[in-house]
Amino acid sequence: MAGLAYPDIAALLDRADRAVEISRRRDKKTTTLRGLTQINLFFEASTRTQASFELAGKRLGADVMNMSVSASSVKKGETLIDTAMTLNAMHPDILIIRHGAAGAAALLARKVACSVINAGDGAHEHPTQALLDALTIRRHKGRLDGLTVAICGDILHSRVARSNIIALNTMGARVRAVGPSTLMPAGIAEMGAEHHARMADGIRGADVVMMLRLQRERMAGAFVPSVREYFRHYGLTGPILAHAGSDCLVMHPGPMNRGVEIASDIADGPQSVIEEQVEMGVAVRMAVMEALLDARKTERAPR
Amino acid sequence: MTPAPGTSVFEGARIVDPSRGLDETGTLIVAGGRIAAAGAEALNQGAPEGAQRVDCTGLTIVPGLVDMRVHIEEPGGEHRETIASACEAAAAGGVTSIIMMPDTQPAIDDVALVEFVLRTARETGIVRVHPAAAITMGLRGAQMTEIGNLSAAGAVMFTDGRRTIANAAVMRRAMTYARDFGAVIAHHTADADLVGGGVMNEGLFASLLGLPGIAREAELLPLERDLRLARLTGAAYHAAKISCAMSADAIRAAKAQGLDVTAGASINHLCLNENDVGEYRTFFKLAPPLRHEDDRQAMIEALREGTLDVICSDHDPQDVDTKRLPFAEAEDGAVGLETMLSAALRLHHSGAVPLTRLIEAMSTAPARRLGLDAGTLAPGAPADFALVDLEAPFVLDPAQLKSLSKNTPFDGARLSGRTVRTVVGGRTVFCAPHGRGD
Repeated sequence: MAGLAYPDIAALLDRADRAVEISRRRDKKTTTLRGLTQINLFFEASTRTQASFELAGKRLGADVMNMSVSASSVKKGETLIDTAMTLNAMHPDILIIRHGAAGAAALLARKVACSVINAGDGAHEHPTQALLDALTIRRHKGRLDGLTVAICGDILHSRVARSNIIALNTMGARVRAVGPSTLMPAGIAEMGAEHHARMADGIRGADVVMMLRLQRERMAGAFVPSVREYFRHYGLTGPILAHAGSDCLVMHPGPMNRGVEIASDIADGPQSVIEEQVEMGVAVRMAVMEALLDARKTERAPR
Repeated sequence: MTPAPGTSVFEGARIVDPSRGLDETGTLIVAGGRIAAAGAEALNQGAPEGAQRVDCTGLTIVPGLVDMRVHIEEPGGEHRETIASACEAAAAGGVTSIIMMPDTQPAIDDVALVEFVLRTARETGIVRVHPAAAITMGLRGAQMTEIGNLSAAGAVMFTDGRRTIANAAVMRRAMTYARDFGAVIAHHTADADLVGGGVMNEGLFASLLGLPGIAREAELLPLERDLRLARLTGAAYHAAKISCAMSADAIRAAKAQGLDVTAGASINHLCLNENDVGEYRTFFKLAPPLRHEDDRQAMIEALREGTLDVICSDHDPQDVDTKRLPFAEAEDGAVGLETMLSAALRLHHSGAVPLTRLIEAMSTAPARRLGLDAGTLAPGAPADFALVDLEAPFVLDPAQLKSLSKNTPFDGARLSGRTVRTVVGGRTVFCAPHGRGD
């Protein structure tokens, strides 16, 4: 998300609004990307993001190929660059990359000739997630500026949180980071989020509460003592949510740990827009690909 | 504890209340288990009607002592000390609040154990018992305990007891996490590798005895690390028992930086030195070891100037099996609940430390550090106090100790000043057979 200005994001969200309409039609197929090749290069397993990108590409008319690299080349010792060069030789038009290392997408983008979309790199960024979150909020609240958004949980290891902090700040929202200090990155205030160690304080008066997934391996006493302690002090439950307004949206990038960071009745409750986030995911990814490849077409035309 | 009786008036005592900077002859009035008034003007409204009146001429009333470091062996070592026996010992020593260390069997690292201690204390104990919970599961120094849930259950402090957390990353995360819950982290610092097989203070005396020594640096290095981490994390940190001049310097420097740091020392390290080990006397084998006289003097100076906040008994009951052994094989530790006040009064009688400062370090300061409603004689506070005969001379007879273990380094010591009566919540829990105060 870093590097995108207010009008860039606003334009992408407008474009995504139109894509939502396409996805809701009976005939969802368009021809914008007809003849173009999209490769989903996933070094980390991610069912929902990969499916979302695949659908987005197909609805735009592109030929989509999925590669789960963790299973094949990496085991044979091939480096990221080698994989990229191999793929590059096949002339794709767009590469979607998900990698466990921060900076992987940027590295790949320097080595290949086509467009690259970062579908999550380590604890760095997950830009399309931030855009789909922004879209979901904007469609419900009608705006982003002036809203208070509480991002709760494991900020330290979360690319979703980083991208959201950047995007929401750019769009004029106030961001709070809520969670134990062990799960806060250094310099959180300078990143543009106000830290609260207590849930009740953190979500008081918030327009949106965004829960983050707590990875299993973080729960066993290193960052957080236990699941039950985490849920008691940092889980989103009815009484805690009551500190925010009754029109406060509840969001989660998924997959959820019910009973760890969020209670089931809240996840499925009237304030939850978690399923809608998934729908917006496809729309936002369509918008991003369209924007990238439209630009390329006009760029190529004079040649 | 049964409900408090009606109104009592303790007249003619010297009243020392460090929480209000008070040291004057006056009266203390107890009503409904709480202090109604204490000081020279307490009787200005006249004595309440029907009150029980106690003549305390010649005695001193101090806030009940708050002992920040007490090992009780229940559960797991009830033959050495139970919660009930420790409370009896505490009452006899003027101690009205005990902070119980978590190194029991099993360790207090779970809400159920905190509840067990509180329940057992409620049912069998005659003074207040506040459990300290472990920082790491099983005191193993690896996995953080449920600091939030344990605090909510009643743990007043977090410490790994006799153990030192070697892993700096574990310590850092625990301090960071504890800060969110306002929990105090107390740590006994001893680098296990540097201590090695050492059994007493490193120096000439250990060399002459042919015993392996423990360098002061074994205490200082992890302490300095912790102070750096306290600065990094902003945690509330308490150095549980320091023993040497270098450690006092480190604490002084940390405080000068404005860190939320306090320090404690055991009464033994303020009253005894390595020479007391004499002919391999294992009751003087402690952790940290008794140091050189220069270190003891430095600790006294640190106490006087406020670098050292807290005096604890470091009560650590050991039985014959673990103490009647060759020096190097014996366990560390000494009982101290009953002797802390009398031993500390040595420093008062010698003029080394003012009485108010001593009482503050044994009562007001630890209560304040842990946010306990104790350590004061201010109106409204729970009526927890001790009547002390400052001058009463006696020779300590271990057989008279109420503690189930008799491993006291003050065996046969000549002491001046002892508790004659201890009151918890307005109820008398100890009355000396040898003294006055009835």
